[in-house]
Amino acid sequence: MDFINALIVLLNYTVIPALTYGSQLALGAIFVTLIYGILRFANFATGDMMSFGTMFAVLLTYYFQSKGISFGFLPTALLTVPFAVAMMIFYMLLIDKTVFSYYRIKKSPPVQLAMVSLGVMFVTQAIIRIIIGPTDRRFLDGEKFILKASEFKEMTGLNEGLTIKSTQVITLVVTIVVVSIMFWFLNKTKTGTSMRAYSDNEDLALLSGIDPKRVVMITWIIAGILATIGGILYGLDKSYRPFVYFNNMLPIFAAAIVGGIGNPYGAFFGGYVIAFAEIFLTYAYKRFFVYLLPESLEPNSLMQLLSTDYKFAISFSILVVVLLFRPSGIFEGKKI
Amino acid sequence: MKQYLNVIAAYSIMLVLIILVGIFQSWSIALSIFNYCMISAVMTMGANIQWGYAGLINFGIMGYTALGGLAVVLVSVAPVPEAWHVGGLNMMISLAVIIGMVISIKYILKKIQKSKKRNYLIAAIIFFGLILIKLISGPAIEHIEAVEPAKFGFLGGLGLPVLFSWIVGGFFAAGLAYIVGKVALGLRADYLAIATLLIAEIVVSIIKHEDWLARGVKNVIGLKRPAPYEIDLQTSPWFINLVEKFHSTKLATINSLSEKQDLLNQLVIDASSIYVKLCFAGLFLVVVIILLIITQKALYSPWGRMMRAIRDNEEAASAMGKNIVKQHLFIFILGSAIVGIAGAMMVTNDGLFTPGSYRPMRYTFVIWVMVIVGGTGNNFGAILGGFVVWFLWVQAAPMALFIINLFTAHLPETNGLKVHLIESAPYFRFLLVGIGLLVIMRFRPQGILPEKIIKQ
Repeated sequence: MDFINALIVLLNYTVIPALTYGSQLALGAIFVTLIYGILRFANFATGDMMSFGTMFAVLLTYYFQSKGISFGFLPTALLTVPFAVAMMIFYMLLIDKTVFSYYRIKKSPPVQLAMVSLGVMFVTQAIIRIIIGPTDRRFLDGEKFILKASEFKEMTGLNEGLTIKSTQVITLVVTIVVVSIMFWFLNKTKTGTSMRAYSDNEDLALLSGIDPKRVVMITWIIAGILATIGGILYGLDKSYRPFVYFNNMLPIFAAAIVGGIGNPYGAFFGGYVIAFAEIFLTYAYKRFFVYLLPESLEPNSLMQLLSTDYKFAISFSILVVVLLFRPSGIFEGKKI
Repeated sequence: MKQYLNVIAAYSIMLVLIILVGIFQSWSIALSIFNYCMISAVMTMGANIQWGYAGLINFGIMGYTALGGLAVVLVSVAPVPEAWHVGGLNMMISLAVIIGMVISIKYILKKIQKSKKRNYLIAAIIFFGLILIKLISGPAIEHIEAVEPAKFGFLGGLGLPVLFSWIVGGFFAAGLAYIVGKVALGLRADYLAIATLLIAEIVVSIIKHEDWLARGVKNVIGLKRPAPYEIDLQTSPWFINLVEKFHSTKLATINSLSEKQDLLNQLVIDASSIYVKLCFAGLFLVVVIILLIITQKALYSPWGRMMRAIRDNEEAASAMGKNIVKQHLFIFILGSAIVGIAGAMMVTNDGLFTPGSYRPMRYTFVIWVMVIVGGTGNNFGAILGGFVVWFLWVQAAPMALFIINLFTAHLPETNGLKVHLIESAPYFRFLLVGIGLLVIMRFRPQGILPEKIIKQ
């Protein structure tokens, strides 16, 4: 019994939150990796682009709520996804047309494009703050919990409760659906294949008649979908605040590089690697060991490896270690 | 002379702008903008050495700035004897353990061939070393942080003069740059950018959360100053006499004695803050000029030519027998040290150390905009970039407010859009700086003052 209790503690406080956070990071990391692989630059506006899409979801949620439209027990924000995605794609294509395409046609070095993305970051951040302001916003409505701790205790008769928030399930389900559709698209359709060809060898792809404009456009569209959905899921699970989204760029970059930048599968797993590392290394295991060990051996400290203040620092340290020993990422991305 | 015409013109315009702020807003604001411009200029020079001379991207400016600030605390604050008494010894032992770990790892790397066994050995040293440190320092940290937490709660510094900390700040930053350079300099450009960005984030999070070191997010206030304090000036007779003499015509027009005294008091208070800022401005100007002379000499020395050669064609430079790895590391350390000095200058100017305020937006990306806007590879350009961008960054909000008021003049005060726009005026600085960067990148990619190569 104690063993099951210990497992439930671990599941409740580490595994489920890590899976949720990992999925949100994974969507962002695939976004980074797609832009890097196909458009060939590190996009420093990542966090703010995710924030931009989410902003529309937040505003539309408020609008829908004021009109009395709801999605039953699901959050209203899910209804706004198509509109937010559409706005996001429009913004991204506009930015590409006015800013990035000039340097792509000129074949500027990737560093220059990265610098340009800094400019896009500043502008996007300004637009977001002017439209919605810098404050913290919650836009989750509908059922909050699928399984409450007390219900679980009654059901199983265990000491420890298991809580499952609806946002956690939504995050996992949506991520699995979106990512599988994306991988199917990249691997099985003709457009997806042409995108991969363009990523591998631009000149050969052009020779075989692939239209670069179309590839770029579709990349931005997929990126827009991923960024918006990733941003909305994060906002539903925690809350929406522009500054936090900007900062999320850092673990997302770490996830993309750990997985091997340019490799979407790697980015997907990289997200979970970062999330699990962050949560497992900062969790206080005292309660877990209290169940497992005999009373005489019970720990009197928190049994915490690192304080939660170092959450971000952990993911960055992982990145440094990976860069040192396996510079092309765990799953072998593009060559550095 | 002719080749310096654009430099002189650009600097004159900048100076006129700051003087205009002095006339229309206040001289105190103008001087604080000027001081911050100068600090930004030093940071920009550091980044410019790395990017302009050698083509290395360093997105970790924030980390070096924060380390420079930490140096001010560790050097100038008086030590806290109680804290040293309860936990100083243990912290020193922990430091010795860290040094021991580093030395033993270095020894193993040197003596044992590359193998699985070596990796396991190093991992074991790190693992057990960390546990040992945690055991030794854990209770000590608790005791230190319990010493008058509202006022101290940290070990304090050495109690040395604050100007000394500027040099120490440079050395701190150089030390970090050495480690970062060893780890990350082999990476391709954009990877280097991301890696340095994240390492800086690690450094700042350590400074933020290790309260025993510099009080973390509880901030250290009331740091020493190389300039006199306003309160002291306001009570010293020579200063009051000076102000009286300076404003004698203005004072002479007032007949009532009490009114005259009130006005004089007000003038003395204003003048004291201006005087302090002028002292700082003088000090900063000295630093900027010394750095400018050194960097300018370096740029046109054989060493500077070699760096440009390495930047423009690594293979060719390497074929000429130049050690690229070593030179990259050297210039990375040099540039970072300058940024560290700037960080120390900034904390000295503010008189407080607030680790929570170190954010990549303000301390990395804005500095990079300065480098690119000013002119990469040109020291005069870098300084100008620091001035222009900082000026825009500070003055964007008043400018935006003015324009918003102009365009919404016909709307009533309670109009929703008008209220919203006026509330969001501070965020127009991001817009202005972002658009500035995009425009410069597109139409003048070499910056306002482009790199100039003097043919000898």
